[in-house]
Amino acid sequence: MIRLEKRPQPSKAWSLATPLVAVLATMIAGGLLFAALGKDPVEAIRTIFWEPLFGEFSFYYRPQLLVKGAPLVLIAIGLSLGFKAGIWNIGAEGQYIMGALFGAGVGLAFYPFEAWYIFPLMVIAGGFGGWIWAMIPAFLKVRFGTNEILVSLMLVYVAEQFLASMSLGLLKNPEGHGFPGSRNLQQYDSAHNAELIAGTGMHWGVVAALIAVIFAYVLLNRHMTGYHIRLTGEAPRAARFAGVNPTRLILFCLGTSGMLAGLAGMFEVTGPSGQVSIDFNVGYGFTAIIVAFLGRLHPVGILLAGGLMALTYIGGDIAQSNLQLPSAAIQVFQGMLLFFLLAFDLLTNFRISLGKTEVA
Amino acid sequence: MTEVLLSLKGLTKAYPGVVANDSVSFDIGTGEVHALLGENGAGKSTLVKMIYGLVKPDSGEMMLRGSPFAPGEPRQARADGIAMVFQHFSLFDALNVAENIALGMENPPKMRDLASRIRDVSETYGLPLDPYRTVGDLSAGERQRVEIIRCLLQDPKLLIMDEPTSVLTPQEVEILFQTLEKLRAEGTSILYISHKLEEIRTLCDHATILRLGKNVGECIPSETSASEMAELMVGSALTPPERGSRVFGDMALDISGLSVPAPSAFGTALRNVHLTVRRGEILGIGGVAGNGQDELLSVLSGEVLTQADAVKLGATPIGRLGPVARRALGVLAAPEERLGHAAAPDMSLTENAMLTGATREGLVKNGFLKWAEATEFAKRVIKEFDVRTPGPENAARSLSGGNLQKFVIGREVLQRPEVLVVNQPTWGVDASAAAAIRQSLLDLAAGGAAVICISQDLDELMEISDSFAALNEGRLSAPRPAAGLSVEEIGLMMGGAHGMEVAHV
Repeated sequence: MIRLEKRPQPSKAWSLATPLVAVLATMIAGGLLFAALGKDPVEAIRTIFWEPLFGEFSFYYRPQLLVKGAPLVLIAIGLSLGFKAGIWNIGAEGQYIMGALFGAGVGLAFYPFEAWYIFPLMVIAGGFGGWIWAMIPAFLKVRFGTNEILVSLMLVYVAEQFLASMSLGLLKNPEGHGFPGSRNLQQYDSAHNAELIAGTGMHWGVVAALIAVIFAYVLLNRHMTGYHIRLTGEAPRAARFAGVNPTRLILFCLGTSGMLAGLAGMFEVTGPSGQVSIDFNVGYGFTAIIVAFLGRLHPVGILLAGGLMALTYIGGDIAQSNLQLPSAAIQVFQGMLLFFLLAFDLLTNFRISLGKTEVA
Repeated sequence: MTEVLLSLKGLTKAYPGVVANDSVSFDIGTGEVHALLGENGAGKSTLVKMIYGLVKPDSGEMMLRGSPFAPGEPRQARADGIAMVFQHFSLFDALNVAENIALGMENPPKMRDLASRIRDVSETYGLPLDPYRTVGDLSAGERQRVEIIRCLLQDPKLLIMDEPTSVLTPQEVEILFQTLEKLRAEGTSILYISHKLEEIRTLCDHATILRLGKNVGECIPSETSASEMAELMVGSALTPPERGSRVFGDMALDISGLSVPAPSAFGTALRNVHLTVRRGEILGIGGVAGNGQDELLSVLSGEVLTQADAVKLGATPIGRLGPVARRALGVLAAPEERLGHAAAPDMSLTENAMLTGATREGLVKNGFLKWAEATEFAKRVIKEFDVRTPGPENAARSLSGGNLQKFVIGREVLQRPEVLVVNQPTWGVDASAAAAIRQSLLDLAAGGAAVICISQDLDELMEISDSFAALNEGRLSAPRPAAGLSVEEIGLMMGGAHGMEVAHV
């Protein structure tokens, strides 16, 4: 009989090794899946993991890694703070949309006036938009004890409707020949989140993501608020005893994650995406949940996980077009990654022992 | 003793890193009350789990009435006439007594038949109990009755009782003993696990003493003094804590007219609590578990806020201050539940030192944590309170109960409190660690701090307190000087028999 024994304390070695083991297991299981679909598994795995980084067209794909990875990391960092404390913001997608709308809205309000302070104002507005959208579930939770999971999730659909209404109405490009969608911010210098170094994919969102990683790392390891976040997640009663104010913590965690998601949306709409359109959001807010867990809710882990996730996205796209892999297979592949990570995660706190069963 | 009911021969059970039972042998006679005596961690629980079929021995054998007995699971043990009352009850608060009992049966009879059987058994053995009452409304003593009746319905040959009196008032203990006497007279054997020597001396015919998993001696309790048994149990003579004569100073903490609603459906409301404790004084608060101990501690630690002047430190009202502000003023607390309340299980001892030490030890500056100082503080606690651990980087849950308790108490004591509130400071702690903890409380009081010790261990309270009060259903009795209080008076302060009576047969 195989059975699990609780370790006296979490294993440091396993907590570092599980992501690697999970990636390895995903490659094997994913390879089997691709083989079952009649594709060459080695070629498929190579296309997903190798092609974007070192393949023939990597000069094009590498910048894409940053462009796709930055919003994931930025959102996931915010989410991880709440998740660590057991506060579940599932609605980052909505906060991302609201950040984009607020940011773009401020920018478009100035059009065509050019000034250096327009972009900073848009950044502030974007962060505020995400923050205020997250404050709705936060306020309802602390005031009426509602479930933040449900409220934040449902607000995503509200935000999507709001986005549709904005791109068809208030923010619609007056010179757009009736097509839905706003003016292209890439053509408005003061509001454009341009590449900082041409051809690298490096834009202000990437900088913000890196700052967020450092900020979260310092907060969690060196600051009282971060300590309170960890304590609340580990032992809520002990947190109460230590003097943690749960209300303040809920407002802080939801507010911060909303603000970061809003910033991600704002950097996206002013940069890579360029305009507010009905289907502007592509699910970063949900994928970031996976990234947060894949990175084990640790800032540095999230940075790596965001990179890995971006890699499987881009690699998956290449595999779709080069090898004609169905997109569902790619999604299964990404799902496997999370599944194996959570499964192997068990080994951090438990060890497997082979022996006879017994009730102790 | 006439014939042997159950005979244990060389029972051994090892867990990784510890031998819980090392070739333990003894016999239990028919109609005998046999005491199993030992400190926490001596291996009593493992031994009875083997008899009850919950744990399989590595080696050794058991004979029941002369034939080999090796239960693979509790159901088998029950079929052979062995029943067990656990220390922690497994009852559902929201169901009534009969429903709870039916849940534990293989083929429960109709509810009406079951109820009448429960009535029969309860009257025969002097354990009155209404089968239709909701368990959530019962006192601890009455809940224990449910467990006992659940066992008696199986008509057991051997009844195992694990620390049955830890939740009872002295009067309730009296009633329980009468029931056990009656069972003995009918020829039922009882294996009675306890570390309370006086009750073993009154009740038991024979005692087996375990120490570190080994059978270290047997005795006839009525012919052996309590101190002899204690020495066998601990392995060395225990020095009782010294209490120097203390001078009481000014009023330190003053609670007046404190009422707090119950935090949950099955919690306890505090009702009009008054208490005062002076500098240098130790106030012992007794009472059966679940009578408001946790709630009182939360009110004192600042986890639950009250009207400002219901709780006063000297003349300062502190009822509206949270835990951090109270710590700054010198009001510290150590809750009962070590893992999850007093300490975060998966965090290191350094991080757990930060948990309450941040304010008074200056471990935080402008919101930033000083981990080096926190480590130093944790090391100091480990050193001065003899906490056995490789170092402060280890997780709290890796420590044994006694060591973690020493850490928790030490963490508060070393912060030089003005007022220290502890709840069950030595619960589940071995005798030498318990003695060290009590000594540290006495020393703290001698240094001029006021100490409130909430405990269910009356011996402990009598040993260290200057004055004594008891919690009963959220009401606190008026404190009285501890010296000269009789067991009976204490029992009455604890609420007597909680409405429990011996049935008249």
